[in-house]
Amino acid sequence: MPDSAPRPSVATHCPYCALQCGTRLGHGASGTVVEPSDFPVNDGSLCQKGWTAPAVLDVPDRLRRPLLRGPDGRLAPADWDTALDTVATRLRRIRDEHGPDALAVFGGGGLTNEKAYLLGKFARLALRTSQIDYNGRFCMSSAAAAQNAAFGLDRGLPFPVADLDAADTVLLAGANPAETMPPLMRHLRKADLIVIDPRRTKTAERAALHLQPVPGTDLALALGLLHIAVSDGWCDKEYVQERTTGFDAAWRRAVTWWPERVEQVTGVPVAEQRAAVELLGEARRAYVLTGRGAEQHSKGSDTAAAFINLALALGLPGVAGRGYGCLTGQGNGQGGREHGQKADQLPGYRMITDPEARAHVARVWGTAPDALPGPGRSAYELLDALGTEGGPRALLVFGSNPLVSAPHSGHVAGRLDALDLLVVADFVPSETARTADVVLPVAQWAEEEGTLTNLEGRVLRRRRLLPPPEGVRTDLEVLHGLAVRLGEPAHRFPTAPRQVFDELRRASRGGTADYSGITYERLDAGEALHWPCPERPGGQPHPGTPRLFLDGFATPDGRARFAEVDHRDPAETPDADHPLYATTGRVLAHYQSGAQTRRVPELNDAVPEPYVEIHPDTAERSGLREGGTARVTSARGTTVARVRLVGSMRTDTVFLPFHHPGAGRANLITATALDPRSKMPEFKVCAVRIEPGSDAP
Amino acid sequence: MSAMHHVLVVGHGPAAHRLVERLRAHGHRGPVTVLGAERRPAYNRVLLTSVLDGTLTAGDLELPAPPDGVRVRTGVTATDVDRARRLVRTDTGETHRYDRLVLATGARPRIPRLPGLLTADGRLTEGATTLRTADDAEQLADGPVVVLGAGALGIETTLALLRAGRDVTLVHPGPHPLHDRLDDTAGALLASRLRSAGARLRAGRAAVEYRPGKLVLDDGEVLRADALALCTGVVPETTLARRAGLAVRTGIVVDRHLRTADPRVHALGDCAEFDGEVPGLVGTAWEQAESLARILAGHDTHHRAGRPLLRLRAPGLDLACLGPPEPSGATRHITLSDPARGRHAALALDGDRVAGAVLIGLPRAAAALAQLYARGLPVPSDRFALLLGTPAGAHPARVELPDAAVLCHCNHVTKADLLRAWRAGARDLAGIAAATRATTGCGGCADDVRLVLASATGAPATPSTGAQATATSATGGNGAP
Repeated sequence: MPDSAPRPSVATHCPYCALQCGTRLGHGASGTVVEPSDFPVNDGSLCQKGWTAPAVLDVPDRLRRPLLRGPDGRLAPADWDTALDTVATRLRRIRDEHGPDALAVFGGGGLTNEKAYLLGKFARLALRTSQIDYNGRFCMSSAAAAQNAAFGLDRGLPFPVADLDAADTVLLAGANPAETMPPLMRHLRKADLIVIDPRRTKTAERAALHLQPVPGTDLALALGLLHIAVSDGWCDKEYVQERTTGFDAAWRRAVTWWPERVEQVTGVPVAEQRAAVELLGEARRAYVLTGRGAEQHSKGSDTAAAFINLALALGLPGVAGRGYGCLTGQGNGQGGREHGQKADQLPGYRMITDPEARAHVARVWGTAPDALPGPGRSAYELLDALGTEGGPRALLVFGSNPLVSAPHSGHVAGRLDALDLLVVADFVPSETARTADVVLPVAQWAEEEGTLTNLEGRVLRRRRLLPPPEGVRTDLEVLHGLAVRLGEPAHRFPTAPRQVFDELRRASRGGTADYSGITYERLDAGEALHWPCPERPGGQPHPGTPRLFLDGFATPDGRARFAEVDHRDPAETPDADHPLYATTGRVLAHYQSGAQTRRVPELNDAVPEPYVEIHPDTAERSGLREGGTARVTSARGTTVARVRLVGSMRTDTVFLPFHHPGAGRANLITATALDPRSKMPEFKVCAVRIEPGSDAP
Repeated sequence: MSAMHHVLVVGHGPAAHRLVERLRAHGHRGPVTVLGAERRPAYNRVLLTSVLDGTLTAGDLELPAPPDGVRVRTGVTATDVDRARRLVRTDTGETHRYDRLVLATGARPRIPRLPGLLTADGRLTEGATTLRTADDAEQLADGPVVVLGAGALGIETTLALLRAGRDVTLVHPGPHPLHDRLDDTAGALLASRLRSAGARLRAGRAAVEYRPGKLVLDDGEVLRADALALCTGVVPETTLARRAGLAVRTGIVVDRHLRTADPRVHALGDCAEFDGEVPGLVGTAWEQAESLARILAGHDTHHRAGRPLLRLRAPGLDLACLGPPEPSGATRHITLSDPARGRHAALALDGDRVAGAVLIGLPRAAAALAQLYARGLPVPSDRFALLLGTPAGAHPARVELPDAAVLCHCNHVTKADLLRAWRAGARDLAGIAAATRATTGCGGCADDVRLVLASATGAPATPSTGAQATATSATGGNGAP
């Protein structure tokens, strides 16, 4: 069937989180309708975001024409040629005056594999810049760094989600799937859950054991759990001996984290630490899973590593029915980090500094290895450098809304303002798009073909039900149009997703994330293909790799590596001026910056405005009442939120969801300290004070 | 001072180890030399009871190797300090020059005056041992053990040996174990916990004579003691400092820069007296190591003492003592005593801050109060919940839900929505799911939905498989004004 013909219904996937629930899209009386499919991760279920996803397709303010900021300072409609000509001309001018690194690209973890791949290629070939990174840096990068170091490879879950069905015990460190990916909870019904979270979340309410540490102390807790695992005899010595290296150095750090000391630092009672290790140790099938709560810290990669250490000591990774994994967040958080929109990477999860990788990718791209730029700035460093001396002067944003989602967003707004040129491709006028010089309206999920890779490393087909609205182009068409205007040969930037994917397969061949054996035909035939899936010329096709590491880890010697990590305080701890911890997170009804979900009436009604959760005692001391407004202030700024009294909160901590724009942006207060390895900002802990808002009596 | 100065550290215990590690972290780049009297690399003394109970070996306690460029000499005892020439001499004939000297000589066990305990040449008689070093822990003789002294170490040692299956008698001259920290009620409870763990307890008794294999008490009782573990306290090791002419009271006197009267000589840890106190806790020693590392690396800072707390390393006992036994400024006292279940709490408050507390058998309260005490934070208004460790809101009673209560969080379905669907004809889960999408997300609300259906129908509810279906969503309003 030709791509342009309308279809009665298609099997595809939800546009939101990394679970990528299977859905069937069709046409109903009042527009597009969605039904969950029996795809293994959701098995007939959907959360409210998934059920209401079609509403995003025709929100009233859907972008349908390019917009150009005129001399009067207002955005006004323009035709595509004018818009693209303008962008290309100004990019050229800036590059001529300031060099290629004055041009920058900011991508997103929601982009398809094809878009992520072509965006990386566009930056390096058409713009010739090293300055490309993406919002996945704010999401997965800490766990990625830790997994790469420990296992030689980073795939969120190295096993299918459905394996969790049989688990006896699952430790969730800083993960709240009951809100962030509800259908996952169906796979956790049998298991005893151990939930580590400073808040009593919906997930914690389901836990057999909820450990409620002080924000910023998960690393001490993980070290303490390792300590108990060893001292109480739960360590699998044979596994450690045969399948790992580095235990002694890791243990010598954990030896100073005996349970009573961990209790003093984390507030988690000794008895509960022990109970957690016992639950894990006694289980035949146990899993340790981490989420953003443990990872979004200036020591996030060490914290993820410490949980991996625990899993290794218990003999979990690389054993059927057991394991460590990271619950990836964004829809294509996994695939988006594998194909070259990361500052330090080339397609196939190759390092941009690796001469062999450069040579291979340059060959596929038909250029010389020397023509490829080196590594660029990481996401926050990139945003922080915009418009500064030596920093980028033009920024192209695809699939991201950094004005809401980046830390210290008041500062980021100033950096975006300082640009000579800001171009945003989006399907709704996001907060970032509203500040752009040029806005390019692009197609969204149900209007395009492509692939995504979900949290279990399974490559999935996104299928097109509808043509994009008139006046809207696909991201691939936008990249093509710009590349050609910048002098690139047209064939280098194909617009057909399948063609791009075939090139991605070649570029990934031999890399860590090898997609070369995966084809649209195989996916369309219903094969469940988890990477790595190398092409086997002539022979039986490779079946993909649903379970990694069963025969050995992806390290040179096949052994997993313990990491020598130690605890330290977060960049900010409470003081007299800012006596409370603030932590940020997600609510079920919203996704990321909320640019999509705030436009869906049912979701917006569920959580229409920002709020702050606070213990009633703390509220009383601060003069706050339920339903009033509060000003929450850190060293970087103030955000305004509606007060919610929550008796299960720690008295020293407040919580804010980060999905709302404007004066209610939680990221106005978040910290910019970066993890030295992953460059993850410290979203999850900063010091604040809280005061009544303007409606106070 | 210059970050390039040569720092010489005498002593190689946990305090010295931490100091050396943190020196590098804070930017000191000069040479560092450490002189350790024991032959082993630095190890975590706190965990010696884990060697006694057999869960760890002495080798397991080893701390990380020192940073690059730190020279560690083990089996070397410093014998005197020549402050004029800035030299330290050792029993092996070495001399070490310094720009800054740090005395981290720790403490030595106090040996009680007890006939028969020492041999003619001043050694401990066969079978008797102190428990300060890894060698001590490894050398404890087999057979029935008498632990002398029921302070923190004596109690931890007793419980560790019991875990290892040893026959243990605990002898203590005070009226009950830990008598300088616990009142009679708490003391009696601790005594009964020790007995129920299998210890024979001899409180209010003094030892009068030791002979190999036997300990004689002041009432004439003769205890079999194939091993005698002396847990009779420690004395700051200040010999070197005295000999060097530095001020010593209980410990080596140091100022807010952890400095002796000689500006080139510092002291920290169990040998140092800061602000009149020698707490003898590794936590305190490490806080001092952190401060001193900053000071020696040239940062403009000084040491502030944290609030010491005693937390026994004794699984299942959960004993914590915060603050001094009789805290000054306490305006209110709250006591909760439940000896039948092994629980006791005595909380002294100054306004809404913790001035002191003794807790036994209350693991959550011990953890929570220690944090509030250490950070000087106010205690929650619900003090019983605090003491009993039941977080408010964790176990809400099942009450009649308001119509606005969200029962299916995944799809934001309220009780009112369910009742509306019921009135429209939805009589089972499938019908409800089709009408409202409730239960189609994570599926966790199915029991709650059944209950609402049942109450609407007037039939008794039958939740599946006894799941704990608490209607916790009652607090989940959307915050709209």
